[in-house]
Amino acid sequence: MSTLEISDLHVEVAVDGGAKEILRGVDLTIRAGETHAIMGPNGSGKSTLAYAIAGHPKYTITRGTVTLDAGDGIKQDVLAMTVDERARAGLFLAMQYPVEVPGVSTANFLRSAATAVRGEAPKLRTWVKEVKQAMSDLDIDPDFADRNVNEGFSGGEKKRHEVLQLALLKPKIAILDETDSGLDVDALRVVSEGVNRFKESGDVGVLLITHYTRILNHITPDVVHVFAGGRVVESGGPELADELEAEGYVKYAGVADAAAASATV
Amino acid sequence: MTSAEVAGLALELKGAKEGQGEVPAASAGERFTSYDVDAFEVPGGREENWRFTPLRRLRGLHDGSAPLSGVAVVEIAGAGEGVTVERATRDDARVGEGGVPADRVAAQAWSAAPDVTIVTLDGDPAPLDITVTGPGAGAAAAAHLQVRTRPNASATVVLTHLGSGALADNLEVVLADGSRLTLVVTDEWLDDAVHVGAQHLSLGRDTTLKVISVALGGDLVRISPTVTFRGPGGDVELVGLGYADAGQHLEQRLLVDHAVPNCRSNVLYKNALQGDGAHTVWIGDVLIRAAAENTETFEFNRNLVLTERARADSVPNLEIETGEITGAGHASATGRFDDEQLFYLQSRGIPEDVARRLVVRGFFGEILSRLPLPELRERLEAAIEAELAVTGA
Repeated sequence: MSTLEISDLHVEVAVDGGAKEILRGVDLTIRAGETHAIMGPNGSGKSTLAYAIAGHPKYTITRGTVTLDAGDGIKQDVLAMTVDERARAGLFLAMQYPVEVPGVSTANFLRSAATAVRGEAPKLRTWVKEVKQAMSDLDIDPDFADRNVNEGFSGGEKKRHEVLQLALLKPKIAILDETDSGLDVDALRVVSEGVNRFKESGDVGVLLITHYTRILNHITPDVVHVFAGGRVVESGGPELADELEAEGYVKYAGVADAAAASATV
Repeated sequence: MTSAEVAGLALELKGAKEGQGEVPAASAGERFTSYDVDAFEVPGGREENWRFTPLRRLRGLHDGSAPLSGVAVVEIAGAGEGVTVERATRDDARVGEGGVPADRVAAQAWSAAPDVTIVTLDGDPAPLDITVTGPGAGAAAAAHLQVRTRPNASATVVLTHLGSGALADNLEVVLADGSRLTLVVTDEWLDDAVHVGAQHLSLGRDTTLKVISVALGGDLVRISPTVTFRGPGGDVELVGLGYADAGQHLEQRLLVDHAVPNCRSNVLYKNALQGDGAHTVWIGDVLIRAAAENTETFEFNRNLVLTERARADSVPNLEIETGEITGAGHASATGRFDDEQLFYLQSRGIPEDVARRLVVRGFFGEILSRLPLPELRERLEAAIEAELAVTGA
């Protein structure tokens, strides 16, 4: 069974005149078959967690471990891997702000990514069919294949394109960073259905990072974590999300401050 | 400024006074031209048309100190039916029909070239390969080549530059009425080479000229194409790609001079830069004179900067002297392949070297797809891959 294990993770970013600690000891374990939601106020470090796991060069890990068992019982040291190695090991990050890559067509990009992740070029005939089906599942116009990666895509188109990659690359553990933001009701439904198809497709785990509860009406989490001050401050079942919906994050503001204070000592 | 009249001027400039060459032309239309090298001041580096070029790397091509005693060998393969090859002298009446030198190096090459290779294309000949091999390391040479079509001919020519040394040359392309030519020009020099070339592209009535330029090798390559139309109905497409790696200077200076009605020009140049001191320069002048009604023109330069400490200069310039045109536009964009793009591609499992290749291939694809011969396209694609490998991407 695939497992992503995050233990005592501390992460800094460089700022003017030094480094700023964003994550202050994150502990989290996501097993295949589970969907975890991380909720928290803006600036609590949710996205940093996602990018740090994916290996974005902007973030420096100062303490802690991240391991991935891709289902073979071997714990791989994620932090020792390059960004592309992490992806090939079975991690996927759907980004909040997908990057435009001028000059590279979406078709070419998808095929290159699938070739890298699968270890061999997919057979052309089945590949074309597979992409077509995946695009149609997400209501993506076939013309997108010829357009440059994310170039000129609307916010909603970019998010659908992220979920399209999720469907084609079939990771073991998927991290979705605010995939719901900027989506209208219809797009939210389409994207959520895409994530649910992925969940049902096999022995996979999902970490859903969100600011709002509305996506949780479409994708049911097994565990909800509240993130504040750079770490998980509370965990519970789906009912915790309802509580947050009703009461907001005010309750955790103090926790965040306390964590920040203790971190500076 | 002296007041002596300049000898050897083109007809339309008869009576021009010496010294006019040193004044940067305010309009591309007032550009000074002459066959006489001494009519041009030795460039000092601040003139408009030399300010981007590192003169000290020109091996003396610009100031007369290069001996030009070497030989650039011009070889022609595939000359079958419809192809005539002659070695003429520069007093041959046809020489100069393409245009007149507009800078000192071109004028120097004009007078110093030992002969003029004239290739005449008639009917529908098989694709022709012309190879110019540099004079060898440490040597300098001048060369002169003219490619001309007979009326209604339709031909493809691949002109390849190889080898090492310094070369100053003039390439004349003279299209007779109703003819079509696809010309591929590659600069595949060894690392030491310097090439300063003037291209004089002259289109007759109802002609189509496609030029695809591929600049890969050499230490410094500076090519100045000038397009003129002798009659209405001319259609020119100039596309090019350049791949500058560390320390390499690639410069393209274009002038499309619309002086007659009903002609079209379309310019698209793309440069990629990778490595410390890689430098590309693209100057695109398009002039639509008062008489050039119904002109349709577009020019576009795109540069892709792959690493820090590389520099792309881009100066598009459109001068319009008549309102009676079909359309005119120009654009320039320089983008950087940045860490965010690399991260995005890598986060999908694509290794860094493959990611870079993907971006460069995609960027050049639009140009490479216009190459006429599949085997040529494959060869140049492989050459670009090799460039990527050399620069360690």
